[in-house]
Amino acid sequence: MSTVETSRGVESARPAMPDPARPRIPGEAGIWVFIGGETVAFTFLFVIWLYSHSQHPDLYSVGQQQLAVGFGAVDTLLLLASSLFVVIGVRAVRAGLRPLGPIAFAGGLACGLGFAISKVIEWGGHIAAGQVVQTNEFWVYYYALTGMHFFHLLIGMGVLGWCFLQARKPALSAQRFAYLEGGACFWHMVDFLWIVLFPLIYLVR
Amino acid sequence: MTAALLKDRLALVWAGLVIATIVSVLVGHDHAALGQAGAVIVLVIALVKARYVGLEFMELRTAPRVLRGLFEAWCLVVAAMVVVLFLVGS
Repeated sequence: MSTVETSRGVESARPAMPDPARPRIPGEAGIWVFIGGETVAFTFLFVIWLYSHSQHPDLYSVGQQQLAVGFGAVDTLLLLASSLFVVIGVRAVRAGLRPLGPIAFAGGLACGLGFAISKVIEWGGHIAAGQVVQTNEFWVYYYALTGMHFFHLLIGMGVLGWCFLQARKPALSAQRFAYLEGGACFWHMVDFLWIVLFPLIYLVR
Repeated sequence: MTAALLKDRLALVWAGLVIATIVSVLVGHDHAALGQAGAVIVLVIALVKARYVGLEFMELRTAPRVLRGLFEAWCLVVAAMVVVLFLVGS
């Protein structure tokens, strides 16, 4: 409880608790333009994957059977766990719960790292088995989609690292907190894009 | 204090997302038995999950109507699109 009381002293420097009755933009407007653009780009990838699937059903049938669903499923759960950490982190910073904020962002970052390691192991296994980009169109798009997502995951991990550093500060200006919220939203985008990619790539045959 | 932060819908939504993931894997694994219906179920579950990540985690539930509307419209359009593309293609 002492943490809460200590934080009262800097409350004026902190953003107010959101009022559910009054609409507000999470983070700031700019991040939503960016998230919108990335989301549209991935939507094209979903279409390309399904179109290619329809053109080469045999390649996809064989290819998808060679995928390890377990990796994709664990990755999905890791990102869900990381998102929960990040939500707790944002709420902790907002409430001035000093030790919890950085711990939560570190937890989110650790789960993101777990995803990255899992992906590298998964790719390594396929490459070792000779399932590479040159094999056929299925593997071209498998690496393109998972690789594009991985790229965003790495950016997101950088963003979470920044959020971690901000959460360690005794107080954040409203502007700084808006950036932190925007960073958190970018991470959640990495999460929901994988939520769609996972069934598309691994489950739907 | 963690418990206080987990109140409202957060814990419930998160548990729902985890359960939906496990259900998707089970349904997806049993694809042969369920056929195309299984694929459609898995795709719809995915976009419903994405919607909840947006509404709860990204706090779009309390966002201006335009932003929330755009996101929910995306979920709906992509759900319809991937289901139709899958059914047409298979």
